[in-house]
Formats: sequence, C-alpha cells, structure tokens
Amino acid sequence: MSIGQSLSRADGRAKVTGAARYTADQHVPNLLHAVLVTATIPAGRVLAIETDDALAERGVVRVLTDKDMPRFNTADQTPMAQSFQPMQGDEIKHEGQPVAIVLAETLEAAEAGARLVSVRYEPMEARVPAASDWAAIDKASVTPRKSGFLYFEPEFSKGDAEAGLGAADKRVEEVYLQPTRHHNAMEPSATTASWNGDNVMLYDASQHVYGLQKVLSGILNVPAEKIRVVAEYTGGGFGVKGWIWPHQILAAAASRIAGRPVKLVLSRANLYSTLGHQPRIAHEMKLGADSEGKLTAIAHDVVSVTNTTDDFVEFATEASKGLYATPAMRLRQRVERANITLPTALRAPVEGPGLWALESAMDELAHALQMDPLDLRLANYAEKEPSTDQPWSSKKLREAYEEGAKLFGWRQRLREPKRDGDWLIGQGMASCTMGAFRNPSKAEVRLRADGTIVVASGFQEIGTGTRTIFPQIAASVLGVSPEQITCLMGDTQLPEAGPTYGSSSTMGVGAAVLQASEDVRSKLARLANLPAGEVEMSDGRIRRKGGSEGATIADVMREAGTSEIVGSGSFDPKKHGEGFAMKTFGAVFVEVGVDPDLGLLRLRRVVGSYSAGRIVNPRTARSQMTGGIIWGWGMAAMEQSVHEPALGRFLSKNLAGVAIPVNADIPSDITIHFVDEVDTHASPIGGKGIGELGATGVAAAVANAVFHATGKRIRELPITPDKLVSA
Amino acid sequence: MSIGSISRRELMTTTVAMAGLSISPALAQDSDTTGLRFDGQPEVAFRVNGVDYRLALDARVTLLDLLRERLNLTGTKKGCNFGECGACTVHLDGRRVNACLVLAASLDGREVTTIEGLADGDKLHPVQQAFIDHDGLQCGFCTPGQVMSATALIAEGHAGSDAEIREWMSGNLCRCSAYPQIVDAVRAAASNKVGSAT
Amino acid sequence: MQSFSYARASTLPDVLAAGAQPETMFLAGGTELLNWMRLGIAAPERIVDIGRLEGLDRIEPLPDGGLRIGALVRLNDAAQHEAVMRDYPVLSQAILKAASPQLRNLATIGGNPVQRTRCAYFRSEDKLPCNKREPGSGCSALHGINDRHAIFGWTEACVAVQPADPPVALAALDAVFVTEHRDGGRRIPATEFHTLPDKRPQDHNVLRRGELITAIELPAPAHRSAYLKIRERESYEYATVSAAAALEIDGSTIRRARIALGSVAHRPWRLKAAEERLAGTSIEDRAALRAAIEMSFADARPLSHNAYKIPLAKNAALRVIETAARMPS
Repeated sequence: MSIGQSLSRADGRAKVTGAARYTADQHVPNLLHAVLVTATIPAGRVLAIETDDALAERGVVRVLTDKDMPRFNTADQTPMAQSFQPMQGDEIKHEGQPVAIVLAETLEAAEAGARLVSVRYEPMEARVPAASDWAAIDKASVTPRKSGFLYFEPEFSKGDAEAGLGAADKRVEEVYLQPTRHHNAMEPSATTASWNGDNVMLYDASQHVYGLQKVLSGILNVPAEKIRVVAEYTGGGFGVKGWIWPHQILAAAASRIAGRPVKLVLSRANLYSTLGHQPRIAHEMKLGADSEGKLTAIAHDVVSVTNTTDDFVEFATEASKGLYATPAMRLRQRVERANITLPTALRAPVEGPGLWALESAMDELAHALQMDPLDLRLANYAEKEPSTDQPWSSKKLREAYEEGAKLFGWRQRLREPKRDGDWLIGQGMASCTMGAFRNPSKAEVRLRADGTIVVASGFQEIGTGTRTIFPQIAASVLGVSPEQITCLMGDTQLPEAGPTYGSSSTMGVGAAVLQASEDVRSKLARLANLPAGEVEMSDGRIRRKGGSEGATIADVMREAGTSEIVGSGSFDPKKHGEGFAMKTFGAVFVEVGVDPDLGLLRLRRVVGSYSAGRIVNPRTARSQMTGGIIWGWGMAAMEQSVHEPALGRFLSKNLAGVAIPVNADIPSDITIHFVDEVDTHASPIGGKGIGELGATGVAAAVANAVFHATGKRIRELPITPDKLVSA
Repeated sequence: MSIGSISRRELMTTTVAMAGLSISPALAQDSDTTGLRFDGQPEVAFRVNGVDYRLALDARVTLLDLLRERLNLTGTKKGCNFGECGACTVHLDGRRVNACLVLAASLDGREVTTIEGLADGDKLHPVQQAFIDHDGLQCGFCTPGQVMSATALIAEGHAGSDAEIREWMSGNLCRCSAYPQIVDAVRAAASNKVGSAT
Repeated sequence: MQSFSYARASTLPDVLAAGAQPETMFLAGGTELLNWMRLGIAAPERIVDIGRLEGLDRIEPLPDGGLRIGALVRLNDAAQHEAVMRDYPVLSQAILKAASPQLRNLATIGGNPVQRTRCAYFRSEDKLPCNKREPGSGCSALHGINDRHAIFGWTEACVAVQPADPPVALAALDAVFVTEHRDGGRRIPATEFHTLPDKRPQDHNVLRRGELITAIELPAPAHRSAYLKIRERESYEYATVSAAAALEIDGSTIRRARIALGSVAHRPWRLKAAEERLAGTSIEDRAALRAAIEMSFADARPLSHNAYKIPLAKNAALRVIETAARMPS
C-alpha cells in the first residue's frame, strides 16, 4: 500500500460500532456535571447572582461565580481565541457570556439548577452590527487594531486601481453581503477536567490539544508538563475547536475549585453564544476590464464584524490578491465592532468569503462583456502570484478548468436556460482557491521486531482522515500493510503536532511521519549492513533497491539484538518552499433548479476539479471535497445565524432555527476530480491541503447558476425563497 | 478510566446507585383521587441490547441520558438534545426514534437497541460494513445515529430509490456532509437484503 | 427540567381525572413536551403518560364513509395507512413532509395539532418578551425579526404562526377533533382548533385544562387532494409557507374546492372567498384561478420582513390546486 492508493478509513470500525470515544463519552469516576449560566444582556455588568434556589435543588453541589474563580494570568494567552476572560469580574461583553457554573451530581440536577440561578444586571447600551446596507456598514467600520489576527496587511495596493477602473471598457461595481454563520459541528464542544494534586488531565473536543495545554499553562500558572490533554476523537471542528475558548478554561478551574472531576458539555445554545462564528461580511467589489476581458483593476473593500475586545479580521481580500493577473489592485480590510462573541475561522475562511464576492463579480463582468465566464477566467490566468510576482510552488489550475469543464459539459452550455416542468435549470461556475497554511509538526515512528509499527504524533482526528493517511504514509515507506500500524494521536504526551485546521495536516504531520519512517528505514538498513539511501522495503523485508528477496525485519533486528527502532521526524515550513507562492486551486461547476413561483432553489449536479498537489488517499480526499462542496451549498442556499439587534443576540440558537443541509438536499451526481500534480516545494509529501478548498467558490457558482436560470442576480446570501419568488 | 473490565452485573449495580442520587423525596410518590400513582422516581424494567434492567430513575431522565450517563452506552450521541439532529437515534421496540425525546420512565416493558447492540459479536452488521465500504462517515459523531436510522429505513422498506433513501435519511444531520456516500452505503446494504437487527 | 412526578395511565377516566388537576400535563409522543420543559416553556409538576391507553391507536372506517384516526396513532403509521394514502393523499403528504422519520415514529396524530409555534422569540432558551410565553410581556417579533411570521389574523399582541403540517391538511379536509374531558367531550372543527391572538394571545388552541383529543375524524374521501410545502431545505424543516387543497372536479370544472394555507397565521388559513369563486371555474383557466385566489388576500397584511409571503402564498395556492386536480379521482 502506498501513497496515492484508496484505503478505507482506519477508524471506520470504531466509528460504526459506537466504540470511538469522544470527549463527552469518556467515563471519569466521581465526576460533577457542569452547566453554564449565561448572560441574558449583551452589554453591562452583573449586579448580583442569587444562588440559593439552585443550591436547594437536590443534587446541586456548588454554584461558582466570578467570586469563586482564581484570577487568571492573561499575560500570554496564545492561542486563546479572545483576550477577554469571563467570570473574572462583573463585566458583560456579549449575550451568552458565562456568568456562573452549576456543578451537580447528575446532569438533570445541574440543568435544573442552572435555571434556578437568578442574575440581576445593570444593562448598558450595546453596540450592534449595522443594518445590511453598504452605506451603514461603511460608516460603522474602522481600521483593525493589532490583536493577534492581522495575518496579512489590512491594506494592499499595486499599480493605480482608480486609473485602471477609469480606463476599463466594462466595469462591475457592486456590493455583496454574507450573513453570520456558525460551525454547527455535530459534536458540541466539551471538556472534562480532573486534577490530581498539581497535575490535570483533560479530555477535550479539540482541533489542537497542544493549544489547550499552552493556554491553560499560562492562564492557571501550571507548568505545561503537568497538563495532559487528550482528544481521542473529535466530532467535527470546522475551525471552532481550533482556538481555545473560555469554557475550556472554566471547566479546568471549576474542577480545581470543586476538588472533583468536572464534565462540561456545552448545550447547543451555548455553541451559538460562547464560541466563534464566521462574521457578517460586506464586500464592495469593483472590477474593470478591457474589451478583450483583460482585467485593468480590482478594488475590493471588505468590512467584517468583530467583537468589542479583539479585532478579528476575516481577510476576504486575499482572494482578490492572489487569483487573477491584474495590473492594479486596491484592497482594504476593515472591521465593525459589536457586543457579540468573537468571530473565528470557519470552513472555509479567507478565500472562502472572498470568492463569494470576487467570483460573483467575475460572472457579472463576463455577462457585461458577453464572454463565457470560463473564458474570462482563462483570459486573466495568473502565471505568477499577482501581488508579489513570486513563482507558484505548483499550479495546475488551467488543467483543472479544462478537465472540469469537460466532465461537466460546460462548453455545451446554452445561453438560455433549460426548463424541466416548473423548474428553470441554470449552470454556473467559479474558481476555487485557498492559501496553504503550514504548521511545524513532529512525529515518531517505532518499529518492533515482531513487525508491528507505531506512528505517534499529537495531531487530532476530526473526520478528515488523519488517522488513516499518516499510517498509510508510514506503511508506504516501511513496506507493510497499514493494518499492522497502530496510530497514537490526540494526546499531549506524544510528539507535538500542529493544530488540525487550516488544511495543514497533510503537509506538516504528513512530512514529519514521512521523515520519521525514513529514519526508521535508514536505521534498519544500517543494522542490515545496507546503504541507507539505497534500500527499499516491502512485505516485511528490507533489501537493496531492485535487489532480490532481502532480509525480514525480524531477522535483521534479532541478529542486531534490537527489539525496537525509534525514528523521529519533523516538518518546519521555513525550510520548505522559500520564495514560492503556495495555494491550492480549482474550479467548481454547478447545475441548479429554480422554481420561480415557489422561490425554491435546489442543487442538481456538481463537478469540482482541483489542483491541490499529490493526493495521499483519493477515497478520503474525495469525501472531504464532497463535504466541502456541500458546505458551499449550505452557504449558498440556507445558512445564516440571524442577529437580533433589539436584543443583541443571535435569535435562534438551535438546529431547528438555523438550517444546515440535510441528505435530501444533496444529489448523488457530484464528481470530484484531481489534476495529476506533485508539489514538492510545499511539503516533501508532494501534497497540499484540501480541507477547505472544496467549500470555496461554490456559493458564487450557485448564484451564477441562479442568474443563468432566472436572470436574477442575487448579491446577498443565502439565496432563500424570499429573494427568488416572483410576484 | 475504562470500565471495560467490569461485568454487566456490576455495572448495573453501579448504575442503580448513580441513578439514585437525585431522588427528590418531596416528589417521590403521591397519588391522586383516581388512583394513579405519581412517582418522582419511578421504577422501570426494560431491556437494552438483550440485557434486562430494573432501575429507579429520576423521572426527568431521558432515554439518551440513561444510556450515556447510567448504562455507559456512549455510542448513542447527544448532538442537540431537542430532536433536531438525529445523532441519538436508537430503536425502541424495533422502530427508530430520537432517544433525547423519550422519557426513561416510559420505558417499562420496552426494548431498546443501540449501536452497541447491532453487530453480531465481532461480525459487523451489513449496514455498518456498508458504511465503511462506501466511506459513509468522516468525524463519526453522527455515524451511530445514521447507522441506526439506515437499518430501520431498510426494514421499513424505504430504500426503493436514491430519492427515497435521501428523504428517509434526512432525520440525521451530518455536518461533515457525507450524504452521497451514506446514500451509497444504504443502497448497497439494502440490495443485499439486510434489514433491521431488532 | 424542573422535577416532576410521573404516572402512566391505562384508562381514560384516570387520565381525565388526573388531567383536570392543576400543573398536570399529558405525555404522548413527547416530541414537544420534553422540549418545552427543557426551555422552561412548561414546568408541570405531574406528567400523565397516556402513551399506552388502549383503543386510541386504531384507524377505523366511519359508517358515513369517513375515517376515524385514533389520537395515539403515530404520524408515520397514519401517513402510510392504506386508507389514508388512497382516500386522503393531502393528509398523507402533509404528514410525510413533517419533521423526520424518527420524530414521526414518536409523535402522534392527536398530539401534533397541540404543537406550539416555532416563533424564535417564543422558543428561546432564555425567556424573551413574548405574550405567549409571559402574558403582558409584549411581542418581540412585531417590530423584530418577523420574516417567518403571519400575514393573516395577527394582532399587535402576537404575530406567530401555527407551524405543523398535518393540521393544514386536516383543515382543508374539514376534519373534526374529537375530545374527551371530565365534564364531557366535544367535536371541534379542525378549522377552529387553533386560536388567533385577538383576545388571549397566550392561548395556542381551544383545549381546556384536562381536555384530551382522542380521535380525528375525516369526512368523505378527498382523492383529488394534495399538499405543498415550501422551505429552503428539502426536508426536516418547518414550512415557510404550505398549502393544502381538496377538490371535487367534474370534467374540467371545479365543483367544490377547499384550500388551506399553513404558516401564514396562527391557524390553518382557509381561503373561503377563493373557494366560493372557484366553484364552477375551469381548472384549465389559470387566470380565473389566480383571480379567485386573489379574493382571499384582500385582508393579507405583511409585517416588516415578510411581504414576500404574500406572492409566495398565492403562488403556492395556485400550484396546489393544479396539483390536486391532477390526482386520480
């Protein structure tokens, strides 16, 4: 079994039998159940917390308030999502902020107790996001401060964008809006903490066990080595379990105070108001082109909502910075501050929102030019990174366009939409792209004389297939079947891996596992008196490349008197791809049906064609891309968390009031295609990340297909019946 | 942390003790003029995955929390606790239901099958195998509910077409969005004429 | 949930006696009651489990050609019953478009109409100003987020809509809810079961304390009937607007039409004016159908965010009439 072969999910059996243990499934004796009491006002302060009724509830053990909490050391909280720590005083910064914790012997008692805690507030005037209107948003916006989220420059320009727009034969100048969306992972965030003296053991629903260890160490002044964080399985993250949020700190602190293990599983409502979301984003997009369709300028002005304590910036302009060749661009990111929870990355961030605006505008430009939308993209193909002129580490977007168009039948698309009974059938396309985030990672591979192999690294399994592909990489080097490999992960007692987010794991952890496996092979070669660089392994044997049968692992190790060989590996992004621009690319083609009388929009088929480097496991990769496309469909057609300005809160905090796609929304006709490509600059694996790429471009492709079907241009997501119904 | 080595009998004893913690004496028992016996901690006899239990439970305990917090059957997941996601799908007297919406008190004399009761020893139920074979899962959190729903769907006779499968699998949200692969798995399992094990 | 005590009843007299006591609620499928208790919308001290009452789980023909569906028949069983599918397709369709397969295995046909509004202010996990939740606290939706709210029959006290699908079909069928109460039962027309917020906005329906729906009776078969549900996701979601139609057609001429809209008011909204005009109209004459429907919208009043519901509801009515007309007679 080697890299590039389809392998069935290594944890499939554990997951289909219910044996896989997620954080809330971990059985810890003598634990207390914790339930949060949260603020019902968006701004102000707590005057008093009345706990007598709650304490009278049978089974309630304690009610903790800010008075009970230790003072947190907030000097270095990275990677804490937000700088503000609740329950450190009386201040209320957003609705849903934890103000008390009820601890009880049973979950029923804790939940009943939480309803019996009464809190008196002094409300203050809350800042709310501006109305969904560019003028109002523009007026409310400010330049972002440095608060840990300026991953890129908030302003960027190249050439003279005004002149470029002025000289254009055709221009598109439009505003595109997208609403707040929540991650809605099926597994609610959860933390179980138990102290043993100064040592604390945590189970956490996490995309980054080392992140929680680091934050807790700083905030609670506990040495990192005394903190163990385990995430055996994580039930989806999509970004929200990547940074550290207050509940994780509060669970650990509560357990220490109570002197007993504490399990805090967030309620669905908590997930909307104590964790992050993708913010409401407004784009003012201006494109100019000459009569041939060559871009003369891109001006992209973005405002995203943030909270009142930190300026999280959703860098949607990165899409415009890196996708098309243009002589001039002017990009600007601003924020508007409101009393809400802090936004965070959501599958797909950055280019995800950016492409909604850019690829809608490109479609409008193609229409204005009377050009095929795909031809317009090809006319502006960026051979080098447009903002830096750096060469690409690898880019096969042209192939992705062509091969995708062929699979979809794009060139047979008629100018007029087809009809199928009450349905108007439209087709649309968009480019896809995502930055290549890479994280330092370490891994260890151990080979035992009995032929068993252990791959160990502190990464997380959140559904992306990491538990499958890393043993696969080791198996390909060591010439064994992946079933012979045990994979240890999700534990801070293992070599430190980066967070499992940002489509980064294959490059980082994958490269570390590759190197550790090669280290094992080299050491075994030396034991077998073979030149390390000239060996190959298969069927449990090692031999000179192209040589005859060779020696078995067991024989080599027995003769050398060794019972175990330990190999170590690491990946440091600084050492790979210096001077190259790195991104993944693709094209997505969709066909939708619109019933204009009933305002209905339904997905009929999709082709996603991608340039993402080498694919380690096409089977799990295909599932990931399909999932990304369905995320894109949700973004296009239904997802939104409506903010209630008068109450200063998200109105519905449940899965009945916030729609995400169901099975019946999704047709089987989804084709995933990867261009044949290896990118050795990005990582020795040759692959890049794919977790987010599939979710990019889709919303614009859908809106473009709706335009094709109906002639209606929808510039505000989601595309719901109210926007489509014809009178 | 594992309780794998504890026998079922010991586990039952443990769970009875755990469940007893929240008895509310004021509500323990009363009866109205009709002779109905109201009980804050009703005693319930039921069967889960072939094992018989008799427990006195806080009347508020749901089937989902009974499974997860008392019987340590954590394969059934709590995704929303409001019947809005389907992660807690189990079979109650052979029919699929949301365990979060069933009071444990109402279980007297009834039979529950959870994901842990589906396989025949080490041999996976064909629907479980089909989910693996068709990659009908990613993070796996919704998977027990999906599998329980799928086995019921096949037994109900709702696997007649892909469209029918999609509609009758729509009570189970999957945020990783493995929907097309789930449909593949259900179709394949149904064509092998496998049905509900319960 | 607040603590409560539980009893399972096995006879109707026991149920009616217990139900007449204060702070007592009935538990059937549990799909609503458990959530109300979790949200603090209801906090009964006693719960009477009626789920295993004998005799209420049957579907039986009525002597006059109608059908009687016992209140404890599970939604899935009602929808897939041979007589319901054959004679009342509108009801079968409405049920199968409701909730999810798992929920429909729990929820009962008699409990379903008791479902309360999905107004997000009413359903909040923290109590928000809402006259249904706390009489006199005001209606947050009136000037708030009201895109899912009423266009008919609302008052400044409440703009919520009745969310369930089966009652819309039952209203179009002129079904009757049969109830029992310690002081005597009633027969309540499906069109009059849910209350409008004109007098007591805190009410949801006309049931008195301790009154139990025991059966739903359907009049003569309505073969040419259909249900249409509009929502942004294809399944497992409440309606933005829904429509039910039951037609009697002679050749291409409509003899009798019964049309009800869902999610436009706090009760299934019968289009009486349209129905009168439709009698005698040709099903082929789309302009005439539209004109008839228009007559029932004279009193439609949009809120700040839901004007789109007016054209949507008109189009839904037209579509469901045309769909019902194509059903085999």
